[in-house]
Order: sequence, then C-alpha cells, then structure tokens
Amino acid sequence: MSLSSTTTDDTQVISVQCDRIDAAMAIQFKEDMRTETGTGARRVVLDLSAVEFIDSSGLGAIVASMKQLGDGRRLDLAGLHPVVEKVFRLTRMDTVFRLFASLDDALAAGSN
Amino acid sequence: MSKNCGEGSIDLSFRATEAQASAGIADFSRQLLSRGVPPEWVDSVKIAVAEAINNVVEHAYAGPKPGMVNLRCRMMQTALEIQIVDKGVAMPGLHPPDGIPPNIVKERQLLPEGGFGWFMIHQLTSGVIYNREDGINRLCLTFDFADPP
Repeated sequence: MSLSSTTTDDTQVISVQCDRIDAAMAIQFKEDMRTETGTGARRVVLDLSAVEFIDSSGLGAIVASMKQLGDGRRLDLAGLHPVVEKVFRLTRMDTVFRLFASLDDALAAGSN
Repeated sequence: MSKNCGEGSIDLSFRATEAQASAGIADFSRQLLSRGVPPEWVDSVKIAVAEAINNVVEHAYAGPKPGMVNLRCRMMQTALEIQIVDKGVAMPGLHPPDGIPPNIVKERQLLPEGGFGWFMIHQLTSGVIYNREDGINRLCLTFDFADPP
C-alpha cells in the first residue's frame, strides 16, 4: 500500500497510490493511515481517485481510519469511482462520510 | 444500441489466498469488460463476486493450506450466471447467511467495520443458490439486468 500526503493549513490530503483497497490490502492500509494521520491535522481528505475497486474489507479499513482519528478530527473522501461510491451507497456509509466527486471539490468545500 | 452481455463463458481458477483472490477478481472483471459487458453491470458483479470469494478465503479455506477456487460465468443477453466452486468446509447450516446489515449508528466509535459482505451480495443479485455435494461447495449467483433486484 502506498500513500502520499500533503498538508496545507489545517487540511491534510492523503492520496492512495494503489488501484484497489480490498481484503489483501486492508490491514496495511489501516496501519499506513495511522502513520500518515499522526500529524494531527483537523481535517483529512482521502483522495481515492486512483482506487478502482474496494470491497467490504476496504470499506471497513476506511471506517477504522476515521475512528482512529478520534473526535474533533474529520475524514472526508474525494474522487470516488462509480464502483467505490456504490459500495458506500449500498452500505449506507455515504451517510457517515462526506463524499466529493473530486479533490478540488473537497478543497473548495472546506471543513464545513 | 441496447445493452447486452453478448454470449459466452469465462472460466478461471486460482488459489484461495487474499493476494491471488484479489488478482483473480481483477482478471475476471477485465474479461467481462473485454467481452462488452456494460461497466455499470460489471461493477455490481465485481462487488458481489469479490465478497463471495473473500468468504471462501476467510471461512471455507480458513486453515493454513488454502485450496483452489473455480469461478465460472455464463453470459446471456441481459443476465449473468456465476458459479463459485471450492472444496473447503461447508457453510454453517448448509445455507448462505441472510446478510442482515449492521446498524449505522451516530457514535463514531461504534460504527461497524464489517458484516456487509452477504448483505451486498443479496442486494446486488437476483438469485443466490448454495449446495454442497461430495465435499464440494457450489454457490450460484444470478444477475438479471433486465429485471434488477
């Protein structure tokens, strides 16, 4: 699993450099997210534009990543491919996260 | 032009490890697309098939020496029939789980991190049939795109 990260003001953008987050990747993803989000930015935007597939294990790992941020910090998701968005919609996790069509949209929307 | 799956079949096998399952599912999805199955149909099939195969990896072949999984797909005009075969342990009660989804609660720390697999399979398919015979598990998933669930 490969993640890259840039932080501007209080927003950290983490980009997933991998075409899928599935059962084979989920544990590594969660661990890498823990490391990347150790900086303490209040808002983390996860850029999923390179991710062409997730399964329920990958979804669980994203939920776990949000939990490990702790209260007062938020995780927003950007650049979801249709199949990725479908997994969020089917499981109703689209009501838990803010989903943005693109990273630009997420940054333009700000924290609120 | 109306959408259809064309006709034909796909047949592939791989060892039931997480890494080989991941590669096998990606390969299967590419084959569906290359045969002209519409991408939005492939998305639904891929989500359900990945969950079913993950269950084989995690439950049927839970031991240290995972066996093989065979994935076959028969394509019809507006439907796909998928058969997933393994020689692992039987499903509990010889029945696929109902897949009742976990609650999405307001408290962040109580949000579910799993338990969605069978729920998504049932949501996306129009038929789920499981049988076990001579130590072989056979799960058939039907996708009817003319009359989606």
